[in-house]
Amino acid sequence: MMLVWLILIPFLGGLLAWRGETWSDSAPRWTALASMLLVLLVCLGLWWVGDYRPLVADEAAAPRWAMEWRLAWIPRFGIEFHLALDGLSLVLVALTGLLGVLAVLCSWREIDHGVGFFHLNLLWILAGVIGVFLAIDLFLFFLFWEVMLVPMFFLIALWGHSGPAGRTRIRAATKFFLYTQASGLLMLVAILGLVFAHHASGGVYSFDYAVLRETPLSDTTAMWLMLGFFIAFAVKLPVVPLHGWLPDAHAQAPTAGSVLLAGILLKTSAYGLLRFALPLFPEASQALAPVAMGLGLLGIFYGALLACGQQDIKRLIAYTSISHMGFVLVGVYAGTELALQGVVMLLVAHALSSAGLFLLSGQLFERLHTRDMREMGGLWDRLPVIPAFTLCFVVASLGMPGTANFVGEFMILFGSFPAVPWIVAIATVGMLLAAIYSLLLMQRVHFGRAREEGRLAGPDRRETAMMLGLLLLVLWLGLYPQPLLDTSADTVADIERLFGETDTGRDDSSRAQAPVEGR
Amino acid sequence: MLTATHLLALMPVILVAATVLVVMLGIAWRRRHTPAALVTAAGLGLSLLALLLVSPMAPIETPLMVIDGLALFAMTWILLAALASIGLAHAYLGGFAGPREEFYLLLLSATTGAMVLVASRHLATLFLGLELLSMPLYGMLAYAFHERRSLEAGIKYLVLSAAGTAFLLFGMALLYAQSGRLDLAGLAASLVEPGVWALSGAALMLVGLGFKLSIVPFHLWTPDVYEGGPAPAVMFLASVSKLAVFVVLLRLVLAVPAFQGLEGVMGALALISMLVGNLLALAQSNLKRLLAYSSIAHFGYLLVALAVVNGATLETGMVYLVTYLVATLGALGVITLMSTPWRGEEATALHEYRGLFWRRPFLAGVLTVCLLSLAGIPPTIGFIGKFYIIALGVEAERWWLVAGIVLGSAIGLYYYLRVLVTLYLPGPRMPRFDAPEDWHRRAGGLVVVGLALLVLLLGVYPIPLIESLEWVMAMKRA
Repeated sequence: MMLVWLILIPFLGGLLAWRGETWSDSAPRWTALASMLLVLLVCLGLWWVGDYRPLVADEAAAPRWAMEWRLAWIPRFGIEFHLALDGLSLVLVALTGLLGVLAVLCSWREIDHGVGFFHLNLLWILAGVIGVFLAIDLFLFFLFWEVMLVPMFFLIALWGHSGPAGRTRIRAATKFFLYTQASGLLMLVAILGLVFAHHASGGVYSFDYAVLRETPLSDTTAMWLMLGFFIAFAVKLPVVPLHGWLPDAHAQAPTAGSVLLAGILLKTSAYGLLRFALPLFPEASQALAPVAMGLGLLGIFYGALLACGQQDIKRLIAYTSISHMGFVLVGVYAGTELALQGVVMLLVAHALSSAGLFLLSGQLFERLHTRDMREMGGLWDRLPVIPAFTLCFVVASLGMPGTANFVGEFMILFGSFPAVPWIVAIATVGMLLAAIYSLLLMQRVHFGRAREEGRLAGPDRRETAMMLGLLLLVLWLGLYPQPLLDTSADTVADIERLFGETDTGRDDSSRAQAPVEGR
Repeated sequence: MLTATHLLALMPVILVAATVLVVMLGIAWRRRHTPAALVTAAGLGLSLLALLLVSPMAPIETPLMVIDGLALFAMTWILLAALASIGLAHAYLGGFAGPREEFYLLLLSATTGAMVLVASRHLATLFLGLELLSMPLYGMLAYAFHERRSLEAGIKYLVLSAAGTAFLLFGMALLYAQSGRLDLAGLAASLVEPGVWALSGAALMLVGLGFKLSIVPFHLWTPDVYEGGPAPAVMFLASVSKLAVFVVLLRLVLAVPAFQGLEGVMGALALISMLVGNLLALAQSNLKRLLAYSSIAHFGYLLVALAVVNGATLETGMVYLVTYLVATLGALGVITLMSTPWRGEEATALHEYRGLFWRRPFLAGVLTVCLLSLAGIPPTIGFIGKFYIIALGVEAERWWLVAGIVLGSAIGLYYYLRVLVTLYLPGPRMPRFDAPEDWHRRAGGLVVVGLALLVLLLGVYPIPLIESLEWVMAMKRA
């Protein structure tokens, strides 16, 4: 029941925040903040009491859940309202709660019209995302996958910033919605195809994850169905040829929207790959792995190169996300335990660091009313504290040792090396590019000659607290990542076992490389 | 021979027909708007109750009609949709300059026709029902005949509908020439292996019915008629008329093998309907025209159910039909409310809806829910419908149709989103059109809010709908 509450709290909180507008202007903000803090607390509580350590050498086929909640829903098709929590989903739900709190805080002054409705949308996005992380009935998963799009659309379309010539916020929002929705329908077709294949073999309709994992599929069918899932996730991740919506959506979205987009919406697709695409179709995923890793490499370089050429600070950060997600894709399809653990680590690290950078660019926008880097420069002298925070997050984003990003990227590269040495060798060059664009960002915005005189207001207590909290988390996970790795170890081991079964030789070698990683 | 049971089984239809007489006599005696509306609603309500009484006895067959699960199910929704139309028509006609009471007369007659149509098991009742449904619709669409557009809508519908009827009759004649029978069972028995003539007969009937369903390429009348007709009349046309015609087509396809031979044709029609409907809707800036094109696209999706005839056809078709019906009624209901009371012009242009959310949050919410449902976004009932249709296509492995649905939905989203975002943009200070201040306390307001709740409730918990259809199918087997 606790799991249902995780979804219900933001949902009801959103309704309350909307109606709260009639009492006072700050009522929606406080309501939203309270509900997200509650979600975060519940997550921490679950983490404290739950046991997520991996069981030793358990070869049981069924996935193990720390918590589970199910209710018959549409028996005609064997659809259940089935939620479950394991280490991986707990980490991501907690991340959602944390970024939710930040999203509410960073809109405190930025959003000045339609406050109640804004928070309704914000909280409903979070409810949808938490639903995505918890649902293990494929119908329910798809439902949440779609539900989170509508409020995100409104968030960008109504509170976004219109850019120059043709880059209106409505256009960006529509683009975002169309990309994700159309690819989502492909996933629905694939889900149905899988369900009917299962029906044909066993005579039972079921959308349950554990049941569908056992579906016998011919190679071609599995390939097509897997592609349906893969495309849907690839659009959202985004993988390079399908990334068209991301820079626009990021640049046009309000700060809270960007934080949520980069911080958690992109993570839903990586989660989808880990939870569904790989375990449901291990052989087909294995066959696709070279292509997927190639696309990952392409993304790393494409994102990094384009980031170097951006003038808009938020577009720059958006392109760096593409680059970082390229690493995630490589790690996911390398499929060794170490690499998968690295993926989880990088997901969290990227969420924190990109959220930090977007928050900072939002704060700059509030002070300078521009996102164009050509109009910035020399802010180090004019602006207290904020440039220093920027430096920290930029350094985290380029993967400096001591930050969580380093741990994630290093584990991905190290873990993938035994499987695909050449790809790792090329991807490492991408880290060099990361240093270039990060320093470019720093140089253009904060160093160089100042364009105007006069000091700007430093961060107030709210802003300092947000940045400091994020920074501490980044450093803590960078210096002592073990608690996080322990939490997700069980899930990752499970994925690795399924994925690795198709290729035992490689499996053994990776085990040799990483004997007791994450215990 | 007509027995007492038969008479009882036909009671719902008879009650509606009797209400026609009562309202007519009432108008002859004294012209009163509200009582006329109340009597009409009461008649429809009584008929709904009669349906409840009849349902345990089903299926009952008379020589011309059959009261089976499908007929009862369709009649229930016809009556509900007619009630919804009346709820909105009453306030709308409050400002109407000419005589108001005849609208109810026409609406009741058309409802009778629709009920006969869905219960027909004979080409004679099929034809009678269809005409009884269509004739009053001409009057309803041209009800504001001193307005050029309304008159144009009525006449356009009349002419094209007559053309459609000619095709239908020709098709019936061909089928009769082949088999010598007019009842569906007889047609099914004697045309087990349909020849060229039987197939062409079926195809011509499909053309005739396709006109009423506005399937591409027989759709040309739809946008003009939607735009010109008074909003409550359009509501009725979009819901009751299309539902009844689709049900009878479904009956034909399920019963008569000659229609199943047209699977390929139906698939092609489905594909072009969903693509053309959605593509043409993209360019619309008039909400009623946009809904007209969207309805063309929706009947494209619905034809998928007829192009894939298997055990799930009936269930899929009816689920989708209900999802379309509820959402369309809600969306057109909001347009009606915005144009209430009648003042010669309607709030149809998209820019009239700018900022509706900041003026009338709940009304805009209703429209949002209905449009999301039409776009097939969960957790609305429209998603359940889309789920069923895609499931049917995937199960039958008709990948072209599935691809068409996916593509059509993606295109469709674009214009639904455009309308949606308009509702929430900051609007003008002095809007030209607005719903009445107390809309939510009037019958029309209750109707649209009820429809929106239905869209959401059935979207989250579709069991009642699915179970009622399981009952319909169980009855079919019995």
